[in-house]
Amino acid sequence: MSDFQIVVLWSDILVWLLLAAGIGLGVLISRSPPLLAAWQRVGASRPGMASATVLLAFVLVGLVDSLHYRPALESQPGESKQYAIEVLSALDALVGPLRTENEKTYSAPLATHLHAKETVEVPGVGTVREYPRLKYGGAHLDDPAQRDDDVAVTVLRGVAMAVLGWLALAGAVAFANGGWGAVWGGRTRFAWNAVLATLGAMLLVLLPLFLLAADYHVFGTDKVGQDVLYQILKSVRTALIIGLVTTLVMLPLAILLGIVAGYFRGWVDDLIQYLYTVLNSIPGVLLIAAAVLMMQVVIDSHPEWFATAAERADLRLLALCFILGITSWTGLCRLLRGETLKLRELEYIQAAQAFGVSNGRIILRHILPNLMHIVIIALVMDFSGLVLAEAVLSYVGIGVDPSMTSFGTMINNARMELGREPVVWWSLAAAFSAMFILVLAANLFADAVRDAFDPRAA
Amino acid sequence: MLAYIFRRLVYALPILIGVNLITFALFFIVNTPDDMARMQLGVKRVTPEAIEKWKADRGYDKPLFVNAAAGGVGTLTETIFFEKSVRMFVGDFGRADDGRDIAREIEARMWPSLAIAVPTFILGLLVTVSLALLLAFFRATALDFWGVVLCVALMSISGLFYIIGGQYLIAKVWKLVPISGFGDGLDAWRFLILPVFIGVISGIGSSTRWYRTIFLEEVAKDYVRTARAKGLAETVVFFRHILRNAMIPILTGVVVVIPLLFMGSLLTESFFGIPGLGSYTIDAINAQDFAVVRSMVFIGSVLYIVGLILTDISYTLVDPRIRFS
Repeated sequence: MSDFQIVVLWSDILVWLLLAAGIGLGVLISRSPPLLAAWQRVGASRPGMASATVLLAFVLVGLVDSLHYRPALESQPGESKQYAIEVLSALDALVGPLRTENEKTYSAPLATHLHAKETVEVPGVGTVREYPRLKYGGAHLDDPAQRDDDVAVTVLRGVAMAVLGWLALAGAVAFANGGWGAVWGGRTRFAWNAVLATLGAMLLVLLPLFLLAADYHVFGTDKVGQDVLYQILKSVRTALIIGLVTTLVMLPLAILLGIVAGYFRGWVDDLIQYLYTVLNSIPGVLLIAAAVLMMQVVIDSHPEWFATAAERADLRLLALCFILGITSWTGLCRLLRGETLKLRELEYIQAAQAFGVSNGRIILRHILPNLMHIVIIALVMDFSGLVLAEAVLSYVGIGVDPSMTSFGTMINNARMELGREPVVWWSLAAAFSAMFILVLAANLFADAVRDAFDPRAA
Repeated sequence: MLAYIFRRLVYALPILIGVNLITFALFFIVNTPDDMARMQLGVKRVTPEAIEKWKADRGYDKPLFVNAAAGGVGTLTETIFFEKSVRMFVGDFGRADDGRDIAREIEARMWPSLAIAVPTFILGLLVTVSLALLLAFFRATALDFWGVVLCVALMSISGLFYIIGGQYLIAKVWKLVPISGFGDGLDAWRFLILPVFIGVISGIGSSTRWYRTIFLEEVAKDYVRTARAKGLAETVVFFRHILRNAMIPILTGVVVVIPLLFMGSLLTESFFGIPGLGSYTIDAINAQDFAVVRSMVFIGSVLYIVGLILTDISYTLVDPRIRFS
C-alpha cells in the first residue's frame, strides 16, 4: 500500500484542465496560419520572450504545487492506515526542509540568531538576555562567525554551477540553431538570445539562492518562524489561479454575450447592454465585497461540505475567482459587441447570410475567428491586474482564505512589521519583490502579445 | 439640453432598479437573514431566540416581499424589500449595526474623503498629462523608450507597496509628516500631504502610458501633418493642436470618475486613519455590517450613473461636432 493518499482539489483539476486547454489551443493555433504568424511575431519579440521565460518558471512552480496528497501517519502494524489532516503538495515534498524547519519567531535573512533577545539559562552563569541561536538557520556551523565565509563559498559554488549549466544549455541551443553567432547576432526567428540571457540571469540568482536555502533562511522567517522563501513559493500558485481561472470564468460570458448582442441586435442587444451597465455601475470592490461576504456566510454555515481545511480554502479561492470573473466580464463584452457590430456589416458575412448559412455557423466560422485577437489580448492584459487585485482584496479581508498562503495574506500578516523596533522588513520586501517580478513579466508579455496581435499597431 | 439631461435621468432609473434588485438578491435571497444572524452571532452560542432578537433589532424579521398579515398598504410596505431596498431611493439607508444613522454618517464622512480624493485627482491629472505630453513630444527617442519602460515598471508595483513603503519612508524614517490621523479644518493639511502624494505617485505608471497612446494617436492624424506643412513650429503644433484635441478623449474618460471621488479610497483611508467613506466601507466589511455595505453599493452605483451622464454632457461641451440627440 502506498504511504500517501492522493487528494484532488477542485482548483487542481482546473489547473490541469487549463494546461490541457493551453496545449489544445497550441495545436489549433498551429493549424491556423494568421494566428500562427502572430504568435511567431511574439516569439521574435525579445522583451516578450524574456518575460515569457520568467513566467514559465512561475508556472512550473504553480504546476508542481498543484499535485496534492495527504501523507500517511505512523501506524502500528495491523492498524488501518491513517492519513494526516494536512494536505501537502509535490512542491512541499521537493522543498521538504523549507516547510518543516520552523524557527521560534522572526529571524533576519541568512541569520544564525533570532531577531529578538530572549532570556536564556546559561550553565554556571545564570540567566542572560541574549539572541539565541536558531534551531536550523546556520545550525551546521560550529561558530556563527564563520557564516560570511560559508555563505560566500556556497554562493560561489552556486554561481559556478549556474555558469556551467548555462553554458551547456546555450551550447545546445546554439548547436540546434545554426551556431553561436546566429543565436547572439539575433538571426534566429525565435528570440533565443533573450531567452538564454534571461535563463542565465535566473540561474545565477536562483541556484545560489536554493543552495543557501538548504542551510539558511534566505529571506528570513516570519512571526511564527516560518521560512519566507517557502511562503513565496506557495503564493505563486494562488496568484496564478486567481489570474487564470478568473479569465476562464469571464471568457465564455464575455464572448457569448458580446457576440450575441452585436450579431442579433434588437431586444437581445438591449437586454445584454442593460445587464452589463447594471453590473458595471456597481463599484467593483464593493460588489466583490458584498459577494464575498455572502459567500463566507454560505461556507460558514455548511462546515460539513469540507473534509479538510485545505478543501475549504480551495473552494473559497475558486469562489473568489468566480466572483472576480462575474464582475469583470463587462469590459471585454462591450469590446466584442462593438467589433461584432462592425464585422456583421462586412461583405463576406452578408454573402454567407445570402447563401442561407445558419446564424450559429456564421458566428462560429466567420465572426469568432476574427475576434480571437481581441480575446487573446484581453486574456493576457487582465492577468497582471488580477494578481495585483488579489493582494489588495486579501488585505481588505475579502480575498483568499486567511489560511491560504498568497501574496495578499503575506502582506496582510506583515502589515505591522515596519512599525516594530528593530524593524522587520524581509517578509514585506520578499512578497512585494516576488509580486513585482511576476506582474512585470506578465505586463511585458502582454505588451508583446498586443503588439503582435493588434492589427492597428504595426 | 435640459430635455436631454432629463431623458438620460429617466434612462438611469431602470439601471438603478437593477442594481437594487441585484444587491437585494445578494443580501437577502442567496442567504436568508437567519444565515447572517448565525454568522454574526457565532456558530457556538447561537439559539433560536438570539437569532430572532438579532433579526428583530435590524428589522429583518419581516417577510421578504409580501406581508399578508399587515393588511392594506402594509402588505407591501411592511416587508424587508420595501424597508431595506425601496427606501434607499429617497436616501433612507437605515441604521448601521452600531445603531448610528447611515445617512448622517455618510454626510459627515464625505468631507475627509473629498479632502484627499480631489487634490489627488487634480494633481494626478496634471502630473500624468504633462509627463505623457513630454514622452509624446520626444517620441521614438531614448527618453520615450525608457519613460515607457519606467511606466510599465511603476504599474507593476502593487498599490499596497506605494502606501506601506511611502508611509514608512516619509513619515517614519524621515519624520516629515505625521504617520496617520486627521485634523479639523485647516489643520488637516499636515495629514493630507502624504496620502495625496502617494496617491499621485501610484497612479503615474498606468495613466501616463494611457495618455501617451492617446497623444500618439492624435499625432498620426492628418490635421497634424497639415499644420506642419503650413510651416508651424513643432511646439505650436503640439500645444495648440495636439494637446487640445487629445483633451477630448482624456477629459471624457476622466469625467466618469469625478462623482466617485465622494466614495474615497479604501486603502489610502484605512492606512492613514482618515475618517472618510473609504475607511467606513472597510470597517463595515471587516465587521460584516451588511446594512452599511449595502448602502455603499447603492451610493456607488448612483454616483457612477451620474458620472456616465456627466460624460455624455462633457462630450457635447468639448466636441462641437457632437450634438444632443
